[in-house]
Amino acid sequence: MPTKRIDLLICCGSGCVSAGALRIKDRFIEELKKNEIYDEVNIIETGCMGPCDFGPVLMVYPEGIFYIKVTPEDAEEIVNEHFIKGRPVKRLMQQEKDKTHATKNEIPFYQKQVKVALENCGYLNPEKIEEYIALGGYEALANVLNNKPEDAIEIIKRSGLRGRGGAGFPSGMKWEFVNKAKGSPKYVVCNADEGDPGAFMDRSLLEGDPHRVLEGMMIAAYSVGASEGYFYIRAEYPLAITRIKLAIEQAKEYGLMGNNILGTDFSFDAFVRTGAGAFVCGEETALISSIMGQRGQPIQKPPYPANEGLWKKPTLVNNVETLGNIAPIFNKGPEWFSNMGTETSKGTKVFALTGDVKNTGLVEVPMGITVKDLIYEVGGGIVGDKKFKAVQLGGPSGGCLTNDHLDVKIDYESLKEKGAMMGSGGVIVMNDSNCMVNIAKFFLEFSVDESCGKCAPCRIGLKQMYEILDKITKGKGKPSDIDELVTLGNSIKQLSLCGLGQTAPNPVLSTIKYFREEYEEHINNQACPTKVCLDLMHYVINKDICIGCSLCARRCPTSCISGSRQDKFTIAQVDCVKCGNCMEVCPVKAITKESGMHPDMVKHLKKLEQELLEYQ
Amino acid sequence: MKTLADLKAIREKAQHEMKLRNSNVRIKVIVGMGTSGIAAGAKDVMKTFIDEVATRALIDVVVSQTGEKGLSSMEPVVDVIEEGKPRYCYGNINSEIAKRIVVEHIVNGNPVKEFLISTE
Repeated sequence: MPTKRIDLLICCGSGCVSAGALRIKDRFIEELKKNEIYDEVNIIETGCMGPCDFGPVLMVYPEGIFYIKVTPEDAEEIVNEHFIKGRPVKRLMQQEKDKTHATKNEIPFYQKQVKVALENCGYLNPEKIEEYIALGGYEALANVLNNKPEDAIEIIKRSGLRGRGGAGFPSGMKWEFVNKAKGSPKYVVCNADEGDPGAFMDRSLLEGDPHRVLEGMMIAAYSVGASEGYFYIRAEYPLAITRIKLAIEQAKEYGLMGNNILGTDFSFDAFVRTGAGAFVCGEETALISSIMGQRGQPIQKPPYPANEGLWKKPTLVNNVETLGNIAPIFNKGPEWFSNMGTETSKGTKVFALTGDVKNTGLVEVPMGITVKDLIYEVGGGIVGDKKFKAVQLGGPSGGCLTNDHLDVKIDYESLKEKGAMMGSGGVIVMNDSNCMVNIAKFFLEFSVDESCGKCAPCRIGLKQMYEILDKITKGKGKPSDIDELVTLGNSIKQLSLCGLGQTAPNPVLSTIKYFREEYEEHINNQACPTKVCLDLMHYVINKDICIGCSLCARRCPTSCISGSRQDKFTIAQVDCVKCGNCMEVCPVKAITKESGMHPDMVKHLKKLEQELLEYQ
Repeated sequence: MKTLADLKAIREKAQHEMKLRNSNVRIKVIVGMGTSGIAAGAKDVMKTFIDEVATRALIDVVVSQTGEKGLSSMEPVVDVIEEGKPRYCYGNINSEIAKRIVVEHIVNGNPVKEFLISTE
């Protein structure tokens, strides 16, 4: 194979693929062939590079040029200018004010990040085990196999690594429990059932560097004395499933998996199980039931999976990101790892940054970074001219933090104290046009859907909470509803069987804690201050601005806007469905959203009520 | 694969294929690929360098390209850059001379004096 002179890395994380990364790749192949330099360029599909908002992104080595928002049409220019003539295309680099950032390291998005689990993600070809080996892969495994399992556990204990799935249980202790548990065979399970809305950390790691996770699993297996491992991945992640299966195959080809690995007594085999996408299967006992082919429902603990897990045998369940952190801890030493982070939370954490933030994407930051740095330095601040309002950490199980908490350090304890949680790492940033009651309702609706129905507090209680919230957003709330929600939420937290129910009320409780006045406004004044809840807002046309062009009337689906050039236009509030078409088409911006119900609507509702009473 | 040594052997071979992405490169060969360079045959020169570096398995050498240098009369122009040493600039290069540069300069460390334009 002739040596190449250019490595073209195309980000094929899910975000970039949906933005057209594969079409760009085809176009590059076409252009390279046309210019007869196809055999001089290595085209590599990598995992997620992180800045999904800039996607599709490309990197060109040896210079390390970073191109953003590339279209298939740009391929021609990049090939002609950069690849042939050596003039990188400035137009496609990240520009900020008067600065152009040519390489990855210059981009502010990357500057506060520290990559441990994602070290190779977006840099190597995830479908080639050789590239992983070239970067020092499987060396940690080889070294671990030359020592006693207890030594490996000791190293993990010293590193201070805690489970990255949400609860933050110390990984070394978990390994020790399984190691000491009686029973044979033992199993290792990788929990890749990532289900929070807006989370894509585990998915990206599996897609971008599957061998890293596999190596972590094998080290874990040797340490606890297991000889079989299962990856539990949801079916919605087809690429992650393909890549991990390929990784297992390649490891077997190279003799890194199978019997007597690297000439030792250690034998190991791994299997992939796909989940049907039930959120509750992220809970370890439900996940284990699902792997065994049973209904995905949690069971009471103890016995913990460490003693009675898969097929009633001792089982170690670790999250994808936890396993992704294992190899570097052995390669660079536990002290290197424990030097990062805070007193109780060591290392780094991967977050999926989404919502109203400029740089949405996949980020990895040291534990202990402040909320402010995460949102403003790494995330680049809030999109547009809106203000920051809140950030939801931990998805539907977590809570929100507000402006007052910008200096809170992100670690397991600090977040818990403030009513949020680390969770698996979903970060949803919200600006001041979000209605917090509506947000709480959204997350609760998710939990109601995903409740497995086994225990009553979760199945019935969450539904009750949802119905109260629904009434509040429709203007039918009672002043006592807020306290009712708090009481219900606290009971559900205490009485539920598994983590789903124990955490599901969090979004409601934390929004009540920090945005109580918004709830009160909905209940007492029947008004949604952010004009999100459709029943508690209305559209009005300002007659001083209206030019009487009738565009709004023509676009109204219910024909509730009428008027003339002289009289200007008005909305018949009772018939309005609040689709917002009129506001969109108005050429002079005469239409605005107003908080609260329109007096006409209030009158209409009263009349209906009266009629109903008379009829009865 | 049976031992750690086997793993290391595979790693070295694989590192060779990933060297473009590695910043620990000993020598960079940069071919001027502006319009006049290409007209004077820079594409062939580039190809020769790539092939020679590959057949000799020079792990720490990277071949790259740059734009017009302004020396149109002396195209194709090639720079050989080594960390801590002056930058050697060659002119009027063809495939034969390219091969000599690889053998004499890159492998043995003796710049090919008769085609040097400048040393900075």
